[in-house]
Amino acid sequence: MRDKISSSPVLSVVSKILFAPIIIFGLYVQFHGDYGPGGGFQAGVIVAAAFILYSMIFGLSKGETLVPIMINRYLMCIGVLLYAGVGIVSIFLDGMYLDYNVLSSDPSTGQHIGIILVELGVGITVATVMIALYHSFASFGEINE
Amino acid sequence: MFDIFLDDAPALVVVLPLLISAIIAFMPSKIWPWIFSIITLLLHLFLSLHLLKEISVSGLIIYEFGNWEPPWGISFKIDGVNIGLQLLFSIFVLVSTFYSRKIFLNEIDYRDSGKAYSLWLLAVGSLNGIILTNDIFNLFVFLEISALASISLIALGAGQNRKALLAAFNYLIIGAIGATFYVIGVGFAYAMTGTLNMNDLVIQLAQYSDGQLAIFAGMSFMLIGLMVKAAIFPVHIWLPPAYSYAPSAVSTLLAALATKTILYFFVRLLYEVFIIYPSYLSLFLDFVLYPLSLLAIFIGTVIAIYQDDIKKLLAFSSIAQIGYITLAFSLKDHSGVASGFVHIFNHALIKGGLFMAVGYFAILYKDRVTLNSLKGFGYKYPITSFALLICGLSLIGLPLTNGFISKLYLFQALYTNQMYFSIALVAVSSALAVVYFWKIVEQMWFSEIKFKSEKEDAYIYLPIWIVTISIIVFGIYSTPIIEFSNLSADYLISGYQN
Repeated sequence: MRDKISSSPVLSVVSKILFAPIIIFGLYVQFHGDYGPGGGFQAGVIVAAAFILYSMIFGLSKGETLVPIMINRYLMCIGVLLYAGVGIVSIFLDGMYLDYNVLSSDPSTGQHIGIILVELGVGITVATVMIALYHSFASFGEINE
Repeated sequence: MFDIFLDDAPALVVVLPLLISAIIAFMPSKIWPWIFSIITLLLHLFLSLHLLKEISVSGLIIYEFGNWEPPWGISFKIDGVNIGLQLLFSIFVLVSTFYSRKIFLNEIDYRDSGKAYSLWLLAVGSLNGIILTNDIFNLFVFLEISALASISLIALGAGQNRKALLAAFNYLIIGAIGATFYVIGVGFAYAMTGTLNMNDLVIQLAQYSDGQLAIFAGMSFMLIGLMVKAAIFPVHIWLPPAYSYAPSAVSTLLAALATKTILYFFVRLLYEVFIIYPSYLSLFLDFVLYPLSLLAIFIGTVIAIYQDDIKKLLAFSSIAQIGYITLAFSLKDHSGVASGFVHIFNHALIKGGLFMAVGYFAILYKDRVTLNSLKGFGYKYPITSFALLICGLSLIGLPLTNGFISKLYLFQALYTNQMYFSIALVAVSSALAVVYFWKIVEQMWFSEIKFKSEKEDAYIYLPIWIVTISIIVFGIYSTPIIEFSNLSADYLISGYQN
């Protein structure tokens, strides 16, 4: 169950080729979210799709060596902390919670910095949660067997 | 330095628990998650007290997130309606967290305690968000966070009884249906008015004459969704299994506060927003909420009588007690709304105390507490048993307990509205409450077998007694609760009479 690797060489070669472009597309959506359609949620799911594809083709154990469970768990929390941390920093700088204007001397730059950091937090958490969901559901059969 | 934080107290009471919950999830599962939770909740209480001080001066705080002005940005609103609930919430959460440590040690794997407290703080933060938010979509987000956190907490009861998983799954499905109904309603309202802010919604809704079907459909969807979440009678079925199979500490938190916060928002939506359609409002209150409340009171009490499992008995009695609260809210006048708030406060303390005591019994008995298993507990564990007795008497509504104050104000409100049938029904169901509570007392004190008293854990019975003493204190000196409730009713009803 765990290491039922796809026998087809086509699948493994294609997925190897696709892995990097998927992540780059994810990053594009992530940073494009600042001034256009896109953002953390979508980017997180796209990046997670690359890792899930890898796990599907090469087996769960290899997927778990690529993204160890503990690191994945830490990253979930770090994403949340990054988001909330931006809010706390803006309180320290004498603004309202999540007031990006105070992050820089120029309010417009402040908005850019704020939204990029917050979206990055969202992206990290969404990607790692998606991976964790896939791994926990995919390893579900092991307990019952 | 400290002032910076005090200015942002409305945001921090929600953000702080959510933030710390992400940090706790990292921690090795020893005592640290609990210590961090306690420190967080002490700060939370301090911030709530600060908010009380601010409100007593200014009367209204609008906190704008990210400095975006209200109709566009998300805002929190603190005024006379929710400050009392905020304070109760803050205090009760702290007490139940003190209580929770030993209970969690016994009921769930100690390696899970980091996760458990992470979820616990997540539930606390999101429930607090429901109390403060002034944005109908933001409320949906908090509803979802609190539902997911409490579902996972309920599922932690699976170590004790596998049925917890089924209960959690039921809650997940039914809760999701409720939330979907609510968000469909929000969609209708947003499509018609283009706003999500509650104050702005009132202004925007006023431009539509009394015949917009889309608005009424949206309002109905929202109210029904919230009714599912608040476990108002015919849509309550998720509640009894969820409360009874959850770990005891979780039952305490949920039974005391989760439905109460949603009931608060329910009444706020009714009397602050939907008030601009008086005919729709009185239709809903008179022909939906009022009969359902009466049914809830009667059926909840009767089912509770036939329960053998004590936690289930308490859960069904909660259905009846929620019925009392909604009955009071359906009265459309100051006395009714005030008595509803009085019962929200009092019932939170009573049911919290009862679930705490029964949770301790479950640990001592090492199994689910049924009527039979309570034999002789009154002699075996006198300290906790006596607390349970006082909480139970308060549930029935005996004088010198805060339950009596609730009943008194409810009767008064019903009497001024000349609802004699309801008075009779409430009286009958109070009498029936004596039946189910007497069954417990009989087993505990009047069984044949006599036991020697055994040692009880002070870490557990102290929080139970804090709640019990507050029940007696508010039974004798009820001014604070009455004041807060009247304040809430003043704010809400002033809109109704305009």
